[in-house]
Amino acid sequence: MSSYLEGIIMLSGINLIAVLGLSLLTGFAGLFSFGHAGFMAIGAYAAAFCTTTLHLPFLVGIAVGAAMAAGSSWLIGRATLKLKGDYFCIATLGFGEAIRLILDNFQALGGARGWPGIPPATTIWNILILDVIGVILLANIVRSRHGRNMIAVREEELAAQVAGINTFKYKMMALIISAAYAGVAGGLLAHYMTFIQPKMFSMTKSTELTIIVIFGGLGSISGSVLGAFVLTFLPELLRAVDKWRLVVYGLAVIGIMIGRPRGLMGGFELTPSSMRKYVADIKSARSAKAAQKAEDATLGKDGL
Amino acid sequence: MSDILEVRGLTKRFGGLAAVSEVDFSVRQGGITGLIGPNGAGKTTIFNLITGVYKVTSGTVTFEGKDITDTEPYLVADIGITRTFQNIRLFKNLTVFDNVLTACHASAGYNLADSFFRLPRFRREEKALREKTLELLTILGLEDRKDAIANGLPYGLQRRLEITRALALDPRLLLLDEPAAGMNPDETEQLMRLIGDIRNRFKLSVLVIEHHMDLVMRLCEHIVVLNFGQKLADGLPDAIRGDKRVIEAYLGGGDE
Repeated sequence: MSSYLEGIIMLSGINLIAVLGLSLLTGFAGLFSFGHAGFMAIGAYAAAFCTTTLHLPFLVGIAVGAAMAAGSSWLIGRATLKLKGDYFCIATLGFGEAIRLILDNFQALGGARGWPGIPPATTIWNILILDVIGVILLANIVRSRHGRNMIAVREEELAAQVAGINTFKYKMMALIISAAYAGVAGGLLAHYMTFIQPKMFSMTKSTELTIIVIFGGLGSISGSVLGAFVLTFLPELLRAVDKWRLVVYGLAVIGIMIGRPRGLMGGFELTPSSMRKYVADIKSARSAKAAQKAEDATLGKDGL
Repeated sequence: MSDILEVRGLTKRFGGLAAVSEVDFSVRQGGITGLIGPNGAGKTTIFNLITGVYKVTSGTVTFEGKDITDTEPYLVADIGITRTFQNIRLFKNLTVFDNVLTACHASAGYNLADSFFRLPRFRREEKALREKTLELLTILGLEDRKDAIANGLPYGLQRRLEITRALALDPRLLLLDEPAAGMNPDETEQLMRLIGDIRNRFKLSVLVIEHHMDLVMRLCEHIVVLNFGQKLADGLPDAIRGDKRVIEAYLGGGDE
């Protein structure tokens, strides 16, 4: 495999982990966030601090990064989750930018110049293994009472409340899990790039993650997986058109949203059972057609 | 018969307007109580006060001898009171089965780690939840629609699903907010039988807001009449039917 292709796959895999977390928050619990790059930044800097300064093992660094991101999301959640819809969204936007600006001015961690010399511990294999684990854990949570309660909050908050669901608790749960995912992604990114800089975690990054989730289809894990790979590969494939790259990227996203307003997968989930059902549907449609044809044929004979 | 729910001096002011003022009434254990009154009399406000959706201005709500005034809505459900809404609020994009399964959540106790790693406890309890859901759907006659999306159901069945969802929490008191609104006489008749059936089968007490006088008079064993946020009368259907003030305020003074 060429190292260029490998690099893009690694970036897709890293993005995917952040996207999976955001997918839980946005697609299942119905909360939009424009500050997830902030959680990635916290994960990246915490993991880098563990491995570079404290010389701890790589996986410990990743775990600490996830924990730090989750912890900060708990603080943010306590302050902002009582806000309704758009207001929460704006609060997360402010949080993401605040994290970036703090890091810009925090000289001990390199400030705006960035932090070089992080060990290149991220490999394609540990990314792919974490991707698989991430998908499995997310699918498990979505199809449990916890996941169903989050979906209920998205669907109809008042009804969820009178059905005994503590909506604040489940929103918080979704936020913390999604922040932990973003923290892992940040840690992996730091040890892939070996250099981190606050600029990498700007609002553009948060927006990119949200676009991928919506593009893939809200409430679909397989959509998020597909979206992460397609939208990470697309800008690379478009390098040929040079400075028109982002224009084409934008048009492609708009095109998909017009063609498939509910996203690429639109609530549909690619699982063994859904595939079997799909095949069975096609088969039954085909046999129904065949039966219809046979019936027509006998009718035709009777007619003669 | 003792009272399962007792409301004393219940008052709710929105700014200068008293939507409900000094209302006293109670719901008998195992009974079906009707709450009636003209539009704007404060019926739904009372439901919202009982279930904690609104904060009480003054007065108390007592359930099974415990003061539950101003309890958070999700805790009210835990305590044993569930409700339906006047304008149906289902989890619209989910299937009938998932609507009820979601509401069954309180019967399971597995935690987040059990969910993440699909531990034995998760499998065991999840299986029980699914069985319970199916059983409820069968009792309420929705089992053949279980894979339909809630939003696509006919209106009457949506109401029925909302009642099923409320029953999934094993309530001891069920609050129904205009369950027959928008139904034809046939559906109303079915609904009446359904309410009676579930009361007997699930050993519930029921408090129902209703506009169909016919339904209220036949279904309820006890009726509370509200007008302009105040209680006008309180008694057996026959007494209410004959009460002069009620006829004047609510039935419009003409004969029935």
